[in-house]
Amino acid sequence: MGAFRIIPCLDVDQGNVVKGVRFQDLRTMGDPVAFASRYRDEGADELVFLDISATVEGRNTLLPVVRQVAEVLDIPFCVGGGVRTVEDARQLLAAGADKVAVNSAAVANPELLAELAALLGSQSVVLAVDARRTSWGWEVVTHGGRVGTGRDVLSWVREGAKRGAGELLLTSVDRDGTGQGFDVELVAAVRHAVSVPIVASGGGTSPEHFFLAYAAGADAGLAASIFHEGQTTVGALKRTLAARGVPVRWEEAWG
Amino acid sequence: MTVTVVDLGVGNVPNVVRAFRRLGTTVEVVAQAEDVAVARRLVLPGVGAAPPALERLRKDGVEEALREAVANGAWLLGICLGHQLLFEELTEFGLHRGLGFLPGVVAPLPSGVRVPHMGWAKVEATGAGFGSLHGRWFYFVHSYAAQPAAEHLLGVVTHDRVSFCAAARRGRVVGVQFHPEKSGEAGAQFLREFLELSS
Repeated sequence: MGAFRIIPCLDVDQGNVVKGVRFQDLRTMGDPVAFASRYRDEGADELVFLDISATVEGRNTLLPVVRQVAEVLDIPFCVGGGVRTVEDARQLLAAGADKVAVNSAAVANPELLAELAALLGSQSVVLAVDARRTSWGWEVVTHGGRVGTGRDVLSWVREGAKRGAGELLLTSVDRDGTGQGFDVELVAAVRHAVSVPIVASGGGTSPEHFFLAYAAGADAGLAASIFHEGQTTVGALKRTLAARGVPVRWEEAWG
Repeated sequence: MTVTVVDLGVGNVPNVVRAFRRLGTTVEVVAQAEDVAVARRLVLPGVGAAPPALERLRKDGVEEALREAVANGAWLLGICLGHQLLFEELTEFGLHRGLGFLPGVVAPLPSGVRVPHMGWAKVEATGAGFGSLHGRWFYFVHSYAAQPAAEHLLGVVTHDRVSFCAAARRGRVVGVQFHPEKSGEAGAQFLREFLELSS
């Protein structure tokens, strides 16, 4: 059994870590490299960097950040936001990222997942899925939840895994920013649909929330503000989870 | 202290270079046989499929240069695919002859094990010399595993209730299936131990 991973997420705008609820009211929090080092030292298993900058003529503003982070970071990290082509992804991996996450570009062109998997290997390809509850289940949405696609999340994750996505970054846009906990029914439904690892995202703020995500079948839990604002540390969260029997990676130094 | 990283053109060289630099080591990256042959502390990284890496090794005499260096007392650390290349035979897309520094074959992970085996896993030491391998977590990404002789097994990892080789050693040749350069403090500790042993 692998460890249940704790993943701090860093939203990056023009090279700075920012905080805001779903792209609204962005507030600058600081330097991505400083955040990365701090979370590594606290016991983070992986980091996710999402570029939320408005794309300027297709230029990837995250590349310099990825290079700087790779200099200091000795744990895996994933980058996403604005990845549209195989070339975008290749550049991010060459700059030092371990995985790339694709979202709306894959929805628009599902074949992109197969191309990415063929060139980079499935282990480097993360399908980010933003899910919104509907009367019939969960709908795939894009652009921070503003655009509905009419697609069923469960059929989309099956297709995504089949085309070569090696992991799912599953965000509940209903829960994101609410602090009410992960949508564990969504996690459980996706767990039944596919066998690839699931990173639960959106709404997780307490150890209990992470425990429930684990119990529902998630392989990792992702959060941002609870770590950024010092509400808890990754180490403290892991200690609580370990006491409840969740297998977590543990080093004495985090005690 | 200098570490010589052999660039086979099959990935993760920059991350491995950065990991050794963070430990205060001088790192040189080489691709030519003559540079490999005279090195004292070699690192063979690699990710991805074995056949292109083997092809690169056999081109321009890099394989012979590695043998020469090891025969002359150099240390050699193989990482991930580089670890697998150290063995006699690899069974990836057909049967391939490996470098043969370690007896044994590299085979697909048994059926029933989810592949790729990816993520953090706890290693249990089965041999002496590396304290970092005692019950600490390392980062793995692989679908094949080496099957060394018992006396060369240094550490094992268990995934989906199946145990397989995490690390092996024969004399001055050491191989690790995990990525020490991505394994946080445990990985740094392992690399420090390799540097101490080889100095």
